[in-house]
Amino acid sequence: MIELLTSHYTYVLVFVLLGLGIYMTIASENLVKKLIGVSLFQTAIFLFFISMAYIEGGSAPIVPHEANPGELMVASPLPQVIVLTAIVVGIALTAVGLALVIRIYAEYGTLREDTLREVRADE
Amino acid sequence: MSNVDLIPPLLIAAPLLAATLPIILGLWTDRTGWSVAAITTTGLFAAAATLASVVYTDGQVTHTLGGYPREYGIELVADEFSMLIALLVTAVATGVLVYTRQGGPRGNTFYTAYLLLTGGLLGITLTGDVFNLFVFLEITSIATYALVASGDGPESAVAALKYLIIGTMAASMYLIGVAFLLMATGTLNMIELATAIPAAERPTLIRTGFGFIVVGFATKVAQWPLHTWQPSAYQQAPDGVTPLIAALVSTASAYAFGRLIVTVFGVDYLTAIPNAAAIVLTIGCVSVFAGTVLAVIQTEVKRMLAYSSVSQFGLVIAAYGVVIAGSSETAFIGAAIHLIGHGLVKAGLFLGVALVARSYGARTVDEYAGLAKARPVVAGSIAVLLLVLVGVPPGVGFVGKWYIALGAVQSQLWPVAAVIFLSTMLTLAYAARLLEKMYFTPPAALDWPRTREPVATDGGDIDVSVGMLAIVVVAALGAVALGFAGGTIAELLEPFLMEVFN
Repeated sequence: MIELLTSHYTYVLVFVLLGLGIYMTIASENLVKKLIGVSLFQTAIFLFFISMAYIEGGSAPIVPHEANPGELMVASPLPQVIVLTAIVVGIALTAVGLALVIRIYAEYGTLREDTLREVRADE
Repeated sequence: MSNVDLIPPLLIAAPLLAATLPIILGLWTDRTGWSVAAITTTGLFAAAATLASVVYTDGQVTHTLGGYPREYGIELVADEFSMLIALLVTAVATGVLVYTRQGGPRGNTFYTAYLLLTGGLLGITLTGDVFNLFVFLEITSIATYALVASGDGPESAVAALKYLIIGTMAASMYLIGVAFLLMATGTLNMIELATAIPAAERPTLIRTGFGFIVVGFATKVAQWPLHTWQPSAYQQAPDGVTPLIAALVSTASAYAFGRLIVTVFGVDYLTAIPNAAAIVLTIGCVSVFAGTVLAVIQTEVKRMLAYSSVSQFGLVIAAYGVVIAGSSETAFIGAAIHLIGHGLVKAGLFLGVALVARSYGARTVDEYAGLAKARPVVAGSIAVLLLVLVGVPPGVGFVGKWYIALGAVQSQLWPVAAVIFLSTMLTLAYAARLLEKMYFTPPAALDWPRTREPVATDGGDIDVSVGMLAIVVVAALGAVALGFAGGTIAELLEPFLMEVFN
């Protein structure tokens, strides 16, 4: 347990963040906070990818022309490319989600899920 | 033909690029969206058919994007399994346009989302890279959220937001699964993963990844109890959109799940994982029951059909369970046929329901009373499609269920065979309710609110074009005709099955 915390603490942190994000999405009644929870959940996944690419003593994955293969230690570039793509996807999702929240607020005048349920039940 | 390997990237790039056209053309005129979408989807169908004819005669076609080797590049693969879904996607996308020309929603931005959705679905179908699959899943999802929210009422925005939150969580779960696979193997290509997964030093990582992927796809395919986004999304989406998303979006996700099971993880590897088969089987079988029971108690026809999708996809997931448990080729053929058949049937049913709502003003089961007399052609088509859904031979629904049940019996999974038999009975319960209303309840027996019939603002009758009626009839005939093609589909899949079930 101690060993896990000292050497792999980023993974522990990532899964705490994942839990926080999912809890916030489920438990919060506020629609904007739900979306923040979704974003937090996604961000935790990005950190998960980044921490898996880390090598002790490795540098940024930019290889100079004259380097011999195997001489230079670099972090794996693949997860970083994935995270860049996933960030773009995440931003698009947040934008669509917020646009929907604005429309819901304009129609019902509330951001809270429980109030929304009452308003819709009355109609 | 030497350039045939260019068709897969074109199938994905063409709709995505064409999606920008309606917006640009919208600067001058607002009625160009339909034409752009119609030309694009027809072209896509022709291209998919050409590609399919090559794939089914000469074997699979692959295209490496940008010329990077597949260890770290992205590969597009058109094989026997993916072409079935690609043909379904392009055919349904073209067919639904016949309805939306008059039935709406109108406006150029709608057709932009329509084409983005088509491109995303073809991407899911053709990609050979697990992370690329995630990106296309999200393109599909974002387009679907926008399409659901394009409904008139504020309810559609609520349904879309619910779908967005749950759908994003599902895709994120899948992404975590991909992260675990990458961690264990260091590659994202499906073919490379297939060899790297059994050789992985830490099988725990791969099992964890599989767990996350199962949860992600169970949500995307709308399996009980993770289905909650689906009925309200289908019900609140505009009538012209529901046929498209009901027929294709979950189907593409279910296809992707099947692809991961047979190509990436490999049946042999999954069979060795304790409880993997039991978990997938349980998810599927429970959904079959829960979906049917919930469908029976619905009063809205669109909502009833949405719950029916939960149970029909339960059958597909249960078939995957049989594939894992018994290495059953037969069950896999059944799953593929049922995916195609269910997609076609649901597209036809939702088109029929949209037509009835438009011309007859009926949305609940009770309001369908006397439909057979007033609108005999639509009522007849809906009746045929419902019977195919139940699994009355010779419809395609029967063939799919037959193969799945046969696979379950061959693998000696008697409870699954029993579930499939019972599900047919239960499907009859809600189908018969609608059939009885349409054919045997006279409209006068009810306090029939004729005022509900929508009246066009210009005072004239709402016109139902011949095309709208024809596309429902074509779907019904197609669903019956595909039933006779069951053996052909099994033969077409044969080379693919040889490869994955060696």
